[in-house]
Amino acid sequence: MSRSLAQVFAEAKAEGRAALIGYLPAGFPTAEQSVDMIAAMVDGGVDIVEVGLPYSDPLMDGPDIQSAVELALRGGATTDVVLDVVRQVSESGTTAVVMSYWNPIERYGIDRFAERLAQAGGHGVITPDLTPEEAGPWIAATSARDLDRIFLVAPSSTDARISQVSSVTSGFLYAASTMGVTGARTTVSSAAPELVARSRRLTKLPIAVGLGVSTGAQAADVAAFADGVIVGSAFVRRILQAETPAEATEQVRALARDLARGVRGG
Amino acid sequence: MTALDLPPGHFGPYGGRFVPEALTAALDELDAAFTDALADPAFGEELSELERTYTGRPNPLTPARRFSVECGGARVYLKREDLNHTGSHKINNVLGQALLTKRMGKERVIAETGAGQHGVATATAAALMGLECTVYMGEEDTRRQALNVARMRLLGAEVVPVTAGSRTLKDAINEAMRDWVTTVDRTHYLLGTVTGPAPFPRMVRHFHEVIGREAREQILAAEGRLPDAVVACVGGGSNAIGLFSAFLDDPDVLLRGYEAGGDGVETGRHASRFAAGSPGVLHGARTYVMQDEWGQTLPSHSISAGLDYPGVGPEHSWLHDTGRVVYEPVVDAEAMAAFEVLCRTEGIIPAIETAHALAGAMRLGRELGPDAVIIVNLSGRGDKDVATAAAWFGLGDAAPVGQQ
Repeated sequence: MSRSLAQVFAEAKAEGRAALIGYLPAGFPTAEQSVDMIAAMVDGGVDIVEVGLPYSDPLMDGPDIQSAVELALRGGATTDVVLDVVRQVSESGTTAVVMSYWNPIERYGIDRFAERLAQAGGHGVITPDLTPEEAGPWIAATSARDLDRIFLVAPSSTDARISQVSSVTSGFLYAASTMGVTGARTTVSSAAPELVARSRRLTKLPIAVGLGVSTGAQAADVAAFADGVIVGSAFVRRILQAETPAEATEQVRALARDLARGVRGG
Repeated sequence: MTALDLPPGHFGPYGGRFVPEALTAALDELDAAFTDALADPAFGEELSELERTYTGRPNPLTPARRFSVECGGARVYLKREDLNHTGSHKINNVLGQALLTKRMGKERVIAETGAGQHGVATATAAALMGLECTVYMGEEDTRRQALNVARMRLLGAEVVPVTAGSRTLKDAINEAMRDWVTTVDRTHYLLGTVTGPAPFPRMVRHFHEVIGREAREQILAAEGRLPDAVVACVGGGSNAIGLFSAFLDDPDVLLRGYEAGGDGVETGRHASRFAAGSPGVLHGARTYVMQDEWGQTLPSHSISAGLDYPGVGPEHSWLHDTGRVVYEPVVDAEAMAAFEVLCRTEGIIPAIETAHALAGAMRLGRELGPDAVIIVNLSGRGDKDVATAAAWFGLGDAAPVGQQ
């Protein structure tokens, strides 16, 4: 049984560091290899795995993740495949959440998805295009099964909006560091510290920062003011650029190690 | 569930907002600016003035006497949106939103386009009002609609061919949303149809209601009574909702929407959301979507780039479920046959999108008989489609006279 999100954040805090959250889409680069890639990420020091549910219209994602999910979809990465990846990650003792656009969950059946995710040992779901206003049935389905609901706030969110989003969020609050889509950037936006500071005044939830983090040094910068650091596109890019699966695994492990040093202060 | 149970921005269970949180503030700002503009008589006057002196409104309601013969003798009238400046209904919405852009103090507009009509209209309004303009267009569509690409560039817009996914309208919308989320502080997303997150469906409908207002007045003047039926093609559904809006509360007026049947609904190569789709979420709203059992969007297909879209405006989904509007597919071949009939009977070359509505009128006229009065929204002109039509009908270059 893997630890809950609350436990992972509490333990990281006790160690005086931020938690490291790594994203990879299920079924990428292939159904079999995706579990190996995730294992390498965990081996390198990722605390929480965000298993991406590949979707045909990922409008919050930049080119790297778009390419990855297209490959995954062509390889047959259905919702059932995603749930199976979550099961395997959980059985290995690692805390897993799903990141999914809303339509695949609604199509699968909101209750059915929550039920199967809980059975697979998943701890929660990040829903980047579900707004609190539309989340009624989702809140009921996740509450009934003790799953965490991770909603996002952005630099443009007003204080009132951050309070509203936080009130339906559990596990951790996902702070999008910048106005933009996913993708590695050379600098992490200066909007992130301000957003985290504002959010701290409005919620007691752990706050993790995502979008744009790709190196240990950037992770260290973010870890100085956030409870968690989320990295996705940088892992995806290492896999896309690798010549062989073995090289991809090695690259993923090396990046995770670099980031894990970063969240411990460099 | 009724519309009253849900927050504003819904049409029954449809509509709403399914967007990244980064866009919430911009959508709230837009909603407030729109509400504020509606309450400001100066805004309405400025828009009406532009419609009169720039668009060329009111445009006529043309009795199509020879075309009527092909429609079972029913008296068919054409609402001539093709005579608007830029050649389609799209300008109605674009001028309204461009004025709002100025009101919000933004200096750049972005747009998606399928057939290129909305892109051309947006580039036109941007030139008129001194706004920067970027238009996203699927690479496949830039080939099908090369003339409109050239028009947009002449008007000073940047046209970005989108190579992701199916390289059509759906992917152009994804790319426009990605641009918007990154540049939202200075950019307005000038969405071209009644889809997307609230307040877009309601706002775009508002700017097209002028079509219905004029048509209603014109048919009463011409016939002394309301029409028996009002028909339009439905891609996202903006020309249809604009015309239907004036007749929704007249239960005796039949309303028909025609969606693209492509190669035939049974072949899977079509854009018939109502005939073969199901409720889902796409591009920020709950609506009928062409999707597989896992909720992945299915590629659409139509000879008409403007109808080639797997989603539809959420209000149409509600009108479909309530039965107020009946939606039927029209296949490529039937649309092209109607295209040819209109060219030869009325001397009007319609857009291929519009030809789907004309095919619908031919079907419906034969069903209703010679006493019926039908209004068809002639939503756009067909200059942009001449190459596609010439290829369809096998009209090669004729040998010049005098050569052997």
